[in-house]
Formats: sequence, C-alpha cells, structure tokens
Amino acid sequence: MYLFGDPATWLPVAFATLMGLSILIYVVLDGFDLGVGVLFPFAEAEEKDRMIASIGPFWDANETWLVLAIGILLVAFPTAHGEILTALYLPVAVMLIGLILRGVAFEFRAKAPAHWKQTWNRAFLAGSLMTALSQGYMLGIYIMGLEITLLTVGFAILTALFLTIAYSFIGAAWLILKTEGALQAKAVQWARGGIFGVVLGLGAVSLASPLVSARIFEKWFSVPEVFLLAPLPLFSVALVAVLWAVLRRLPTRDDSFAWVPFVAAVSLFVLGFFGMAYSFYPYVVPEKLTIYEAASAPESLFIILVGTCFVLPMILGYTVLAYTVFRGKATALSYD
Amino acid sequence: MDALILSRIQFGANISFHILFPTITIALGWVLLFFRLRYNRTGDDGWLQAYRFWVKIFALSFAMGVVSGITMSFQFGTNWPGFMETVGNIAGPLLAYEVMTAFFLEAVFLGIMLFGLSRVPGWLHTLSTFLVAFGTTMSAFWILALNSWMHTPAGFEMRDGVAHATDWMAIIFNPSMPYRLAHMLLASGLTVAFLIAGISAFRWLIGDRSAGLRRTLKTGLVMGAVLIPVQIAAGDMHGLNTLEHQPQKVAAMEGNWETRGNVPLLLFAVPDEEARENRFEIGIPNGASLILKHHADGVVPGLNDFVAADGTPEHPPVAPVFYSFRIMVGTGMAMLLLSWAAIAVMWRRGGVEGLPRPLLLALVPMAFSGWVATLAGWYTTEIGRQPWLVQGVLTTKKAVADVPAPMVGTSLAAYLAIYAVLLAAYIGVLFYLARKAARGEDLKRPRPRSAEAIAIQTPAE
Ligand code: HDD
Ligand code: HEM
Ligand code: HEM
Repeated sequence: MYLFGDPATWLPVAFATLMGLSILIYVVLDGFDLGVGVLFPFAEAEEKDRMIASIGPFWDANETWLVLAIGILLVAFPTAHGEILTALYLPVAVMLIGLILRGVAFEFRAKAPAHWKQTWNRAFLAGSLMTALSQGYMLGIYIMGLEITLLTVGFAILTALFLTIAYSFIGAAWLILKTEGALQAKAVQWARGGIFGVVLGLGAVSLASPLVSARIFEKWFSVPEVFLLAPLPLFSVALVAVLWAVLRRLPTRDDSFAWVPFVAAVSLFVLGFFGMAYSFYPYVVPEKLTIYEAASAPESLFIILVGTCFVLPMILGYTVLAYTVFRGKATALSYD
Repeated sequence: MDALILSRIQFGANISFHILFPTITIALGWVLLFFRLRYNRTGDDGWLQAYRFWVKIFALSFAMGVVSGITMSFQFGTNWPGFMETVGNIAGPLLAYEVMTAFFLEAVFLGIMLFGLSRVPGWLHTLSTFLVAFGTTMSAFWILALNSWMHTPAGFEMRDGVAHATDWMAIIFNPSMPYRLAHMLLASGLTVAFLIAGISAFRWLIGDRSAGLRRTLKTGLVMGAVLIPVQIAAGDMHGLNTLEHQPQKVAAMEGNWETRGNVPLLLFAVPDEEARENRFEIGIPNGASLILKHHADGVVPGLNDFVAADGTPEHPPVAPVFYSFRIMVGTGMAMLLLSWAAIAVMWRRGGVEGLPRPLLLALVPMAFSGWVATLAGWYTTEIGRQPWLVQGVLTTKKAVADVPAPMVGTSLAAYLAIYAVLLAAYIGVLFYLARKAARGEDLKRPRPRSAEAIAIQTPAE
C-alpha cells in the first residue's frame, strides 16, 4: 500500500481514473446502443430487426460499465455519491425507467405475440430517448455545479438534446460499420445529419464550463496551459473534417472506409471526455468536494484495487472476445 | 407520508421485483447446462426441444433481472446515502467484487450463449453456458455475503461512527452467511423446479405430448421432490442460527410474547401489538420449544425481552414477520406434498403418462409458488431485522436520504406502474410461449443435424 507513497493521495487518483475510464467506456458503448434506439422511427420494419441484431449480443455488457462506474462512485467516494444522486434524484429515476423499458423491449419485441411487436418497438424508442435525454440533462446540471436555477436548467435541456444527437450520431456510425445495402445508405444520411449536433454540443460544453467557473477558465486559458492544450481542440476540428469528407463518399462499393466514421466518432467522444476530466479534476462534486475529501478508507480501497488489477484485464479480454465473435455485418434475425 | 416510509416502500418494491428474476436465472442457468449436456451426450431430440424452449424464458428473465438490478444499484445513493456513509468500507468492496467477478462475466457470455452457437465452436458455447450459470451464482454469493453481514455483522470496528474492516474472511463468511446462501440457492432451485413443472403441466393439459415436454415435466418434478426436503432442513438450521444471533426476530416469527418454556408452535394467530398478545391461537402444544430447543420445556426467548425501560418496543413489527413466515413454510409444505405425490404416482403408473388430471391442474398455479415463498422468506428476514438496517450498528431511520417526500412519491408511483405492466407482460408471454410450443410450432422447423444447429434456429431469443 505504501509502495507508491501515501495511499491517501494516490488511491483516490487511481479510483477517479478507473471511474472516469468506465464512464468513458459506457458512454461510447451504450452510446451507440442508445443511438440505434433513437434512430428507430426512421427505419422500416425489416431494418429495425437488423438494427436490433447489430446490438443484441452487446447491450447487456455495455450497460454493465454504468453499473461499474456507479459502483466505483459508491464505494470509493461515498459522500459524493449521496450528494450527486440525491441532487439528481428525478433525472436518475427517469433514466432508470428508460433503461428498464429499453432493456426489456429487446426480449419482448421478439417473444410477445406479433400484434404487440409495434408496442414494444415504441417502448424501445421511448426507453432509449428517455435514457439519452436524462443523461444529457444530468451532464448539464453537473457542469453547472449541481445548482438548479432557470439558467442551469435551460443549459441542461440543451446538453440533453446535444447528447441525444451525439448518441444517434455514434449509433449511425455503428450501423454504417455493421450493415449493408439500403440500411447502410440510410445510416450515412443519419450520420451526416447528426454531425452538426455533435459539433454544436462539443462547442456548447467547451464554452460553458470555463464561463461558469473561474477555476476552469484559469486551467485552460493561462500560459503555458493554453499552448499545451491546443492540440485537443485542433485535433477535434481535424476529426470533424475527416468525418465530413468520408461521409460524403460513403457508402463505397467495396465497403472500404465503413469503419472510419465509427472510429472517428469514438475519438471525438474520447477527446471531449478528456477535456471535461481535465476541467473538473480534482473535484467530484464540482467546486464542492475533491476526490481526496470524498474518498473512503484506504484499506477498503486497496482491497478493491487488488481485485481490479486481476479482474479488469480479464473483463477487457472477454469483451474483446465477444466483439470478435460477432464481428462482421449483422444479418436479419429469423424469429419463430 | 414522510420520505422515510416512502423510501422504504420504494426500496422494498424494487428489490422484491428484482429478486423474482435472479431467483429464476440462478438455477435455470444450471438446468439449461444440464439439458445441453444431455443433448450432447444422447443426441436425443427431446433434450434439444427442452433447451430451445427454456432458453427463451431464461433470456427474458435475465433481461428483467438486469434492468431491475441497475435500478437497485442506484437506490443506495438516491434513497439510503447514510448506508454507504456508515458501512461503505464494508459494503463497498463486496458490491465491487460482485460487479467485477459476476456481472461482467454473465453479461458478456450471455451474448455468446444466446446468439453465438453458430459462430463459435461447440465447446466454447457450452463453456459460455457454464460461465453464465456460474456468474449468476457468484452474484448471489457476494450479495448474500453483504446482506448476511447486515444481519450478523462481524470482522469490523467502529471508528468515529464509521465501520472499518478488520478481517475480511470474518466479514464474508459471517455467522449467518452459509445458512442464508444455502437456503437462497435451494429456493432458486425450487422456484425453477416448480416453474418448469407448472408450465409443462399446462402444456400437457392443452394437449402437448412432445418428447421435449416429457423430459421437462419429469425434470421439474424430480428436481422439486429432491430439493424440498433439503430446503426444509436448511430452513430449520437457518432458524436455529437466527435464534442465536437475532432472537427478537425468532420471537416475532413465532409470535411469542413471553420468554418461557413449553411454547406451542402456532399454526394460526392474529398478533395484537397493542395488547401485546395473540388472538385466535391455534397451535401444536410444545411445538416451538421442541423445534428450537429440542425438548418440550425448552425456554424460548419472547418479545418481552426486547422492550425499552420506558415501554417502547425494540423488536420488529410482529404481524408482518409472523404472517410472512407462515406463508413461506406453508408454501414449502404444499411443495412437499405435491411433488412427492407426483413422484409416487409416476413410480406406480409408469411415468408422466400416468399423472392424473387434478394433479396436473394443481401444478399449474404452483408454477409461481417459488416466487411466493421466496418473497415471503425475504420479508421475514428483512422486516425481522427492523428497526435496524445493520443489526446493532445502524438504524434504518438514520440511513434515509433527505429527499422531499413528493419526489420519492412520484418516482415510487412510476416504478410501481411500470413493474405491474412488466410483470403482467412477463407472465403473459410465458403462457403465450407455452401455447405456441404446445401447437408444435417449434417442431415444424427443420431438424438440426448437430448441437451446432441449435442457434441457427433460435437466434436472438
Ligand atoms: C422456495 C423458497 C423457500 C421455501 C420453500 C422455504 N424458504 Fe425459508 N426463506 C427463503 C425461501 C424459502 C428465502 C427467500 O430464500 C429466505 C429469505 C432470506 C434467506 O436467506 O432465505 C428465507 C428465509 C428463511 C428464514 C429466515 C432467516 C433469517 O432469520 O434471516 C427461516 C427461519 C426460514 N427461511 C426457514 C424455512 C423453513 C423452516 C422452511 C420449511 C418449509 C422454509 N424456510 C421454506
Ligand atoms: C432480494 C430479496 C430482498 C427482498 C425481497 C428484500 C425486501 C426488503 C423489504 C421488504 C424491506 C423493508 C423492511 C421494512 O421497511 O420494514 C427491506 C429493507 C432493506 N433491505 Fe432488503 N430485501 C432483499 C434483499 C436485500 C439485500 C440483498 C440487501 C442488501 C444488499 C437488502 C438491503 C436492504 C436495505 C438497505 C433495507 C432498508 C430499508 C428498510 O429497512 O426499509 N435487502 N428489504
Ligand atoms: C440491494 C441489493 C442488490 C443490488 C444492488 C443488485 C444489483 C444488481 C444489478 C446491477 C444487476 C444487473 C447486472 C448486469 O448488468 O448483468 C443484478 C443482477 C443480478 N442479481 Fe442483483 N442486486 C441486488 C440484490 C440481489 C439479490 C438479493 C440476489 C440473489 C440472491 C441477486 C442476484 C442477482 C443475479 C443472479 C443477477 C444476474 C442476472 C439476472 O438478472 O438474472 N441480486 N443485480
């Protein structure tokens, strides 16, 4: 425990990193699942089945990263966990109900009597929308320091819309990768529509956080930080340009470059996430509680960390296995 | 109503809904592995049909368990922040290990189990089925270690009002843990046994005579008949363990107001908290003394031992504990009666063919007897721990969140509505799938040539 110096300083950092990592993985992975759900109304019945087939084997494991993230918040920073979740009580409830609807709709739409299928399709859409919107709303309130005023709620409504569009963008990028034919062509259209939302959303968050907090402003716009950090926005702009160029040429005849939008979308999510993480460190509850103040006892954290070092590589390993097993284009499902 | 009572109802409703589905998946995973191995070994189509039918119900139950479980993991923060602030150093690692060693395992390999048969080699698919079953069992292990620790805390010390771990082995294998784990796993086995028997009886009654149905009907009945005596013995041992560590709970379970010998075993009574006595008692003389102390004049602790000097009770509310305990044991007795009667008939009259119609009719509602007993059992355990959340360490009142009551009320109403709809849809689909299978629609599909072919025909379900 003392190998790397005082555990009261490095353990909270280790756990904040772990938590950030699982939030990031969650946002990317469940982001495309939810995005596929948000795009549901734009697809034909047969296409819907293929869209479901493209995420069917993954969604459960993807969602588990949320359980891990919230679990780490719970076990590593218990006071922050209580404070954040009680402040976000209602949006959390909306998200949970959304996750419930979305998750069960996967099964019910395939197994319930045929005349119910339409209802479960709607439940799938409603669940995906509720989840995406409430996550975006929570993000906005969090950036605004968990204060509820007219202004912060207004901002949060904006982030709710932008995150939902961002999810549908990465969902469309996923469909470009996993489908072919008419559906793939449609997905390219969807992605072209979504890219503006992503740009606006990233812009809004990048502008709002320094404006709300002098501390964050200080962190970005003092010398030399401003130069060291410059690659972050520049890189994002470059990615958007690449995306734009590729989306205009897709779908190609031999399906080359179908992977580019997804990879670029993931990179954008990662960059945006790092920007936010940099802004908020070392706070878990913005401007109120640092990770050092909120951390639980070092002995307990250490016990978890030891386990994590063994188990996390295994989890990553079999996650990769699952994605390898189900690589390639998703085919239509044959229900009986 | 205040936030405390609403939070308690909300938590109780959510966990009650959640536990319905893990109870099924824990044991059904192993049963599916059994079907699969039988098919691999014998090549008999009946086992394949059994697998194909029940894997659908497994997938559906699993999804229900996952979504309600996610709700559970948020509840600690939204409704019980005091819980993690006081005992987080102990509850935290246990929950973290559950997520890392169980949830990911299940969730990842579930995808391969449900969709992967045509894509992966047979051994990897069998392994995935095994890992999913193993994962659900690990889940139960960790969460029950935590829950049992809340009943019989051990291996910790209090510093500045916060619990700190001193001995992890003592925490995990706390005094009530082995009993609770065994009893819960058996409960899961019984729930699945009667679910299989009940749904199979239903199919039989509407005219299904397929090979797969014969296999499942027999499997369910034999499994139930074998497990129920073991469960009764385990429950008895669990009760003796509780007598040692939480005598006030046993006093409430027995409805015993005075500490004394020659205590009867009450079959029925109406506990009256005001008068601190029972009305309309029907009991077996000396029964409780015999069961708990193994002789007729054994002294059994009564509720009068748990009253503060000023007369305020420090024991759990008696009536709910008393009734739910009787519901659980009563259901257990019904299970014993029915499964053994069925086995006896099958023995004498040549297998499932000989089962009389009334017996089959009785088996259909028993499909959900496992749920009834499991919920009743949990209510006994959890309400019997009140007013404590962690016995002797933290009261429920101290742990509740400071959330405005209307907010809790709103979310509670939304959860209840959605749970009611989902439960109705779940049961509806169960019988819909049974009727569909009984019409032989599963059989019309082309025969698979090998085990590999199962998934080609049941993708996505
Ligand atoms: C199919 C389900 C089932 C059946 C048939 C039974 N039980 Fe049970 N019982 C449970 C399912 C269950 C449970 C849901 O699994 C509980 C709740 C908590 C736990 O560990 O097990 C439980 C709790 C529980 C407790 C409370 C433990 C505590 O104090 O915390 C006792 C004393 C018993 N059981 C005893 C019995 C007896 C004597 C039975 C004889 C028929 C019996 N149970 C049948
Ligand atoms: C799975 C089956 C379970 C069921 C059906 C169940 C049911 C209940 C019920 C009905 C209450 C309310 C008691 C009362 O208010 O009088 C309760 C309380 C509680 N149980 Fe459980 N419980 C289960 C398992 C667990 C587990 C595994 C945990 C923890 C890991 C747990 C933690 C709690 C907590 C924190 C409370 C506090 C709320 C309260 O006492 O009202 N329960 N439970
Ligand atoms: C307060 C208590 C509980 C919490 C916070 C909780 C949390 C969860 C979560 C988040 C999941 C979904 C995992 C996934 O994404 O795959 C889950 C599933 C599961 N839980 Fe619970 N749970 C609780 C109580 C219980 C109890 C009492 C049991 C059994 C004795 C149990 C057994 C399981 C099992 C076997 C699963 C696996 C899959 C399934 O849903 O069938 N849980 N739980």
